[in-house]
Amino acid sequence: MTAAPLKDPWVPTPMEVQQVIRETADTVTLTLDASARPLHFAPGQFNMLFRLGFGEVPISISGDPAEPDKLVHTIRSVGATSHPLTTVLPGDVLGVRGPYGSAWPVEAARGSDVLIVAGGIGLAPLRPAILQLLRNRAHYARVLVLYGARNPADLLFLRQLHHWRGRFDLDVQVTVDRAPADWFGPVGVVTRLMERARFDPDDTVVMTCGPEVMMRFVVREAEHQGVPPQNIYLSMERNMKCAVALCGHCLWGPDFVCKDGAVFRWDAVAHRFDHPGL
Amino acid sequence: MRYALPADSLQRLFRTLKSGGRRLVGPTERDGAIVLDEIDGVDELVVGRTDRQSAARYRLESTGTSLHFDFNVGPQSAKRWLHPPSLRLFRARSAGASFTVERPPPPAPIALVGARSCDLAAIAIQDRVFLGQHTDPHYASRRSDLLVVAVQCGRASATCFCPSMGAGPRVTTGFDLCLTELDAPHRFVVEVGSPAGQAIADQLALDPAGADARAPEAAAARAEAAIDKRLDTDGLRVRLLAALDSPAWSEVADRCLGCANCTMVCPTCFCTTVDDITTLDGAHDRVRRWDSCLTPESSHLHGHGPVRAELKDRYRQWLTHKLATWHDQFDSSGCVGCGRCVTWCPAGIDIVAEAQTIAPATVPEVS
Amino acid sequence: MSTPPTDGRGLAPIVARHPFCADMSVADVALLAGCAENVKFAPGELLFRNGAQANSSYLLRAGRVALVVHGAGVAETAEAGELLGWSWLHPPYRWHFDARAETAVRAVRLDGDCLRRKCEADPRFGFDLTRRILFQVTRRLERSRLHGLDVFRGAR
Repeated sequence: MTAAPLKDPWVPTPMEVQQVIRETADTVTLTLDASARPLHFAPGQFNMLFRLGFGEVPISISGDPAEPDKLVHTIRSVGATSHPLTTVLPGDVLGVRGPYGSAWPVEAARGSDVLIVAGGIGLAPLRPAILQLLRNRAHYARVLVLYGARNPADLLFLRQLHHWRGRFDLDVQVTVDRAPADWFGPVGVVTRLMERARFDPDDTVVMTCGPEVMMRFVVREAEHQGVPPQNIYLSMERNMKCAVALCGHCLWGPDFVCKDGAVFRWDAVAHRFDHPGL
Repeated sequence: MRYALPADSLQRLFRTLKSGGRRLVGPTERDGAIVLDEIDGVDELVVGRTDRQSAARYRLESTGTSLHFDFNVGPQSAKRWLHPPSLRLFRARSAGASFTVERPPPPAPIALVGARSCDLAAIAIQDRVFLGQHTDPHYASRRSDLLVVAVQCGRASATCFCPSMGAGPRVTTGFDLCLTELDAPHRFVVEVGSPAGQAIADQLALDPAGADARAPEAAAARAEAAIDKRLDTDGLRVRLLAALDSPAWSEVADRCLGCANCTMVCPTCFCTTVDDITTLDGAHDRVRRWDSCLTPESSHLHGHGPVRAELKDRYRQWLTHKLATWHDQFDSSGCVGCGRCVTWCPAGIDIVAEAQTIAPATVPEVS
Repeated sequence: MSTPPTDGRGLAPIVARHPFCADMSVADVALLAGCAENVKFAPGELLFRNGAQANSSYLLRAGRVALVVHGAGVAETAEAGELLGWSWLHPPYRWHFDARAETAVRAVRLDGDCLRRKCEADPRFGFDLTRRILFQVTRRLERSRLHGLDVFRGAR
């Protein structure tokens, strides 16, 4: 009488923490061992991460899509459920559900300039896109990465940023909101970097991730410079409990952010921002 | 083929429904309302009671008859049984460095007696929610094991508007058996809606309905004639989405208490949240429970607070999801016109009246 | 310290190439150049000081300038291709912050008195110049808004 057992989307898969890198005072990057069952994901997707005794939160995958046996996540401690994920040690086991969500248009951007604008922890969900892009660098025209954070101590992936800056085929600019005396780079918001960036607005794909307010300013600047709305992509965040379009928390207009996003094309969602509290 | 079931044979039907360990759920009176609860047999059914419903009002009255189904819908629906208010998703336990996950066993299957046409329409809508791109195994197992004995409405309440939503009052699909209750003598006409229903009819060796064969249609016609409430659904989705900035939302919010009754009684609302409960002996239960878009917590974003910070935003979310964006997601309206949200709203807010105020249908010009 | 003032008209090609002057007519470029002088700053040198007389706009050509608000540190940096300073437009003609060269800086200084005289003499030129400056002000305001929202502030 009972139906055949179904794969249960609510149940996490245990995965061991291989490595913990402390990026900043409140952010860590975890590498999970997925070698038993490699998790193929697209840049921009996320997993639900579960820690026994605590709970579960959505975390963007921040690693290289070409290495699915290692699941990398960058987590910022912002509340009672994310904090325990930032205190794990190698050997601890977390539960994983995923990957979920829509992807950055890395393939579709081939042949165009690519402008990546990240703010704060927003660089984490963009890193897989950057890595995939760099593996196929010849397929793109100009590639720019503009990154802003509150202050130098909050910059993520410093070593990788330096490595990227060292490439001759990549334009990497970093700015901070607040600068200590020993910072000699640009100071100011990341849209400032856009004003000076060299790209062809008629043929550029913009991918941006960061606080929602920041993304809206970035989009406005991109449109101001002539980038058509269908070439601009942003990653939205909403409260999520299930990540499989069953709990209703992430509803945004006609979309479930967990299923139809988190990456959205700007022209499809622009008008939603006209209605505060939607 | 339609069959006749004498009233004193109802218990035989119930025994057949319960065979194989099936639980029987039917309408029974509790705390001044007719609810859908687990019952043992005919003795626990409602007898000779009817409901008087209107905005913010629900009363039961005695009719002096022996009828078991002479009312419309109470505060509960099949949702209580297919998408339970509280459900343990799993119990996790520490196992060395890792953890094990124990899923709950599926519950005993259910025979649901007393589903109305709006309830059947709501089940069909929830099927699209829970059995879509991602399948909820808890709903799926309860659903595939469900036996439905529907009841054809022969009357309507002031809050009913199922014809506007294409959800009744005639029971047409989604049932195994459908009963139309008649009086003097007390009896039922039985319609078969599935092979499982046919098997039960065969097992009971029922006689044909004979002269009563058209009773279901007659009952539906009586119910429809009694319905005044009408929602103009023509172009409603577009009209609502064009009215997102209407001042009318604030006006409703002034009356709305944010109590979430509407979402609790609505047969299609499906929002849930998950609680993490750790026990002293080291188990970690993940428990899913009903939630509501009318609560500020449901849209809480860390470092930001609720995305829908004002009650008007939340009421707008509920109404526009139910009547507009549900179409984008599930290719149908989310509303079946059961009227529960109108009856059970303590402020008497009427979804039909609000939709008409916020997104009025244009009156054609007289040439 | 700036180099001794030269006859700015020779700077017309440099002025014309600066992004602030994009799509500017040859005649208007000449007007600007007539108020212009080439200037250089070493790292650490101040272009101007908070509270001092504001009588210049700077067309930054190379390097980076930190805008320092007293008591608050570096508010923002300005870079090559940008216009810095417009306080000569309104009395009391005073600077509201320090501008300090972070690196070696090359710029064209436009003299405020000279610009005011030319704007008053030629309102059409004045309008165009003011509109260009207003655009820069609007951009600064937008950036300040985003900056002031402190979007990366922690949640807890």
